Amino acid sequence: MKLDILQALNAERAARRAVIVITDVESGAQRLVKAAEIAADPLHDTLEKRLRMGKSGMEDTAQGRVFLTVHVPSPKLVITGAVHISQALAPIAQILGYDVTIVDPRTAFASSERFPDVTVIAEWPDVALPPLNVDRYTAFVACTHDPKIDDPALLHALQRDCFYIGALGSRKTHGKRNERLKAAGVSDADFARIHAPIGLDIGAISPAEIAVSIMGEIVQSLRQKPARATKAEAA
Amino acid sequence: MLGRDEDILKAAEDWSKAGRGVALATVVETWGSAPRPVGSNLVIDSDGNFLGSVSGGCVEGAVVTEAIDVIDSGKPKVLEFGVADETAWQVGLSCGGTIRVYVEKVG
Repeated sequence: MKLDILQALNAERAARRAVIVITDVESGAQRLVKAAEIAADPLHDTLEKRLRMGKSGMEDTAQGRVFLTVHVPSPKLVITGAVHISQALAPIAQILGYDVTIVDPRTAFASSERFPDVTVIAEWPDVALPPLNVDRYTAFVACTHDPKIDDPALLHALQRDCFYIGALGSRKTHGKRNERLKAAGVSDADFARIHAPIGLDIGAISPAEIAVSIMGEIVQSLRQKPARATKAEAA
Repeated sequence: MLGRDEDILKAAEDWSKAGRGVALATVVETWGSAPRPVGSNLVIDSDGNFLGSVSGGCVEGAVVTEAIDVIDSGKPKVLEFGVADETAWQVGLSCGGTIRVYVEKVG
């Protein structure tokens, strides 16, 4: 691997941007494709599929048999609301390899006793979220039922292009949320990106079951939807 | 590959910038039960120092020897290890799987 390719690869990884290295293992020829460049690449179908799966491997392509090294940042999950559902959702997400953070300014909820192995930040979203580097490899779930906490966090998640955004609440609650977020300048297209009612429809009743339905929906969003370049990556 | 994996690629860059001869080994294919997944890396320098793992210890010694050749020649190699390859490599995977490892020079 040429040093300039290795340097570019490490720079992309450090910035939490996806990148694929294509290697012809016979000749040693190698090139690096950044996530933002995939759409314009001759191998874009293959590269997009690999990026979505996050899996390295050999691939027969029009350019011969090559090895694709796929580097995808580890996923994060940010939850507002240190509530019952979060107590189940956080450990499920951790088992799936997510780095989990819970934000809830209500200190009675946001206690380390209730969340022994999770990072819990007892601050309002405007203070807690910016340092978390929420990005397109982050799933965001709003669970407080309190617009004062959930709304600013949802706005942040939309701005940061999270791959999954979900909000707890009935259709009626979501309708009111629509009015509030529209008033805050959110477009119809952006509002439509919020999954609500949250979670896959598996008839979940208990908080733990709802957590399973939410996690299933997060996995579906990560693996089934085409990867796309963000504004940040295109820049 | 998860970003939280031990940062072997950063070590490869740092070692190379420090003027050491460096090779990078990558698991490119596996069959059957393999100890480390495709994409796993091992970085090796010309003195035989290494970091990372391509097999959990079974074949690292052989990979390091080959990597020193690759650092000298500059030519990449594909190595294959498995239970059937004892005569070729004198090492094998105790788990019964087969792995193919790509070794390339860095720099």
